[in-house]
Amino acid sequence: MTEQLTQPRHAAQSRESEPYLVVDHLTVKFPTEDGLVHAVTDLSYSVELGKTLGIVGESGSGKSVSSMAILGLHDRRSARIDGSIRVGGTEVVGLSENELRDMRGNSVAMIFQDALAALHPYFRIGSQLAEAYRVHHPQASKKEAKARAVEMLDLVGIPEPQRRVDNYPHQFSGGMRQRVMIAMGLVNDPSLLIADEPTTALDVTVQAQILDLLQDLQREFNSAIIMITHDLGVIAEMADDVLVMYAGRAVEYGPVTEILTHPEMPYTWGLLSSVPEVSSDPNARMIPIPGNPPSLLHPPQGCAFFARCGHSRKVPGDLCATTLPELLPGTRGPQQLKRCHLADPDAIYEAEVLPEIAPELVEENRG
Amino acid sequence: MFGFIVRRMMSSLVVILLATMAVFALFFLGPSNPAQPICDANGRCTPERLANIERGLGLDQPVHEAYVEFMDGVFTGREISFGAEVYDCDAPCLGISYSNRLQVTDELEKRLPATIMIAVGGSITYVILGVVIGVLAAARRGTFFDRALVSGSLLVSSVPYYLMCLLAWIFLTLQSSIFPATGYFPVTENPWETFKGLLLPCLVLGVASAPAYARFTRGQMVETLGDDYIRTASAKGLSGRVVVFKHALRAAIVPIVTIFGLDFGVLLGGTIFTEEIFGIDGIGRWGLDAVLAPVDLPVLTATIMVGAIFIVFSNLIVDLLYGVLDPRVRVG
Repeated sequence: MTEQLTQPRHAAQSRESEPYLVVDHLTVKFPTEDGLVHAVTDLSYSVELGKTLGIVGESGSGKSVSSMAILGLHDRRSARIDGSIRVGGTEVVGLSENELRDMRGNSVAMIFQDALAALHPYFRIGSQLAEAYRVHHPQASKKEAKARAVEMLDLVGIPEPQRRVDNYPHQFSGGMRQRVMIAMGLVNDPSLLIADEPTTALDVTVQAQILDLLQDLQREFNSAIIMITHDLGVIAEMADDVLVMYAGRAVEYGPVTEILTHPEMPYTWGLLSSVPEVSSDPNARMIPIPGNPPSLLHPPQGCAFFARCGHSRKVPGDLCATTLPELLPGTRGPQQLKRCHLADPDAIYEAEVLPEIAPELVEENRG
Repeated sequence: MFGFIVRRMMSSLVVILLATMAVFALFFLGPSNPAQPICDANGRCTPERLANIERGLGLDQPVHEAYVEFMDGVFTGREISFGAEVYDCDAPCLGISYSNRLQVTDELEKRLPATIMIAVGGSITYVILGVVIGVLAAARRGTFFDRALVSGSLLVSSVPYYLMCLLAWIFLTLQSSIFPATGYFPVTENPWETFKGLLLPCLVLGVASAPAYARFTRGQMVETLGDDYIRTASAKGLSGRVVVFKHALRAAIVPIVTIFGLDFGVLLGGTIFTEEIFGIDGIGRWGLDAVLAPVDLPVLTATIMVGAIFIVFSNLIVDLLYGVLDPRVRVG
């Protein structure tokens, strides 16, 4: 990197004690013709620089909606956003469009799922990258911006960047296109990178390359990453913390090792049960979660997962149907939060769920 | 790419040839005899004289022979006799007008500039008006501004075009003289007069066609604004103006250019109402006069040929432009 192209880090953390991104009681609602959609309700999480938060959940669980709110990308006229989002100590909710623009692509950048659709089909890669750079570096000349584009393509491992910079998106393979997308996200050295299912459209070997690339870049630039995915494999590979979302709410939140080995919410069990394993017995069962998520137009009064939950009988009375469980520390310590009425979910997981989905693990534990 | 152009040129020529053949066939197989009025005009019409004129015009020939003779004239010139008189018609000979005995080719050269200028002026007006209105409406979708533009454009486009021309002419030039008198004054003599004479016709043509373009542009823009790369552009921190006018319009403009090219070709073939109502001697008015009895075959053939050539070639240009505008369809 040449001296003139290296930019100082944006917005030093103003509150030393606070993580770089703090989302606090975020609620996003969209009025529609059928009524108010409660896309995200009372969501809180935080990400520190250098750390990765994985957000998992089904389509429509509010993963993307909550992250787009960080950049203020929702339609200002329709989306109703409450709560607080602090980026590097600055409150984002309620910022004007101009103030948000300063942040977008600069201190916070986003990379999207389908790079073919997310890159402009009629502009050259180089000019799209250069544009992203020049918005936030108006003093940079076109030549400097192009040099920066080539440098970024090189950084994300695109061969012959000098030549490829003049290509159009359709001239790249899927994996290379996603690298371009990442290069564009990182062109202004963002402190927070939001990756919205960055590997979903890619084949498995390329997925692994892209995840490695993101990890390398994170180590190099010490940025915070939010990894939105429905792939628990990606979470296991990348994340430090995991936030499991269901029907617009956080249902489980904690360190990745805890959540993946001692999940305390039946929905997370369901997610783990639905993951196919390469090494496992071909006859082993993959257990799908029955039913569909509830409508966010009329969220149920009690636990949103109640209708699909196979363990609600273990909860006394009709608590699950009538009362929304709070997000409280689980049985194993205060760092893991879960939204479930079950008294001792960890014991149920060990005794009932684990033997079904990973019998060999149970054997090991006994031995 | 070169092969593509050559192939398209060949098929374009075939289409033009077919169009002229169709005119000839329609004319020869139709019920009206153009020799009759010529015969009537010169005193008493005897059957011998009528047969004589028919022979002179080549109307006694079978249709395919007449067509070959006509095409021969286009490339080498020929002699045409009207009864006793014989006219020299140099290549490219499109015949002699039955009504005024002038060479069609000369008349075409004189009238073509007026039509081209109306087509250019009108289409520039409607494409600018239409695209700007459409883009603004799409960017403010669902607001009062959007609804006002959409319903306003519907209102304008529900007025018949000839009525709009007439009203504009009566109120804006006859009664109030806000606009100068219309008509075509040769551009070689006094360009300022030419401009003044065509100003109102171009504006009326533009305003009348703009709503269609506004609605089409709005539709394209609304679709484009929902695309993923627009969200990417916003996420980069670009201003709303850049997102709409650079990123979204760049993608939405491709189908607009396609429609524009086809419309422009049709306009070049003759802006009939505009020319007739504003009294401009262009191709459209000429062709219209030629259809009104007595049918003037050479003029009709020439105007239809010109129309076909313009439409076919504007199609070709649109196809080539498509490759320029959309890098994904570039050949090779």
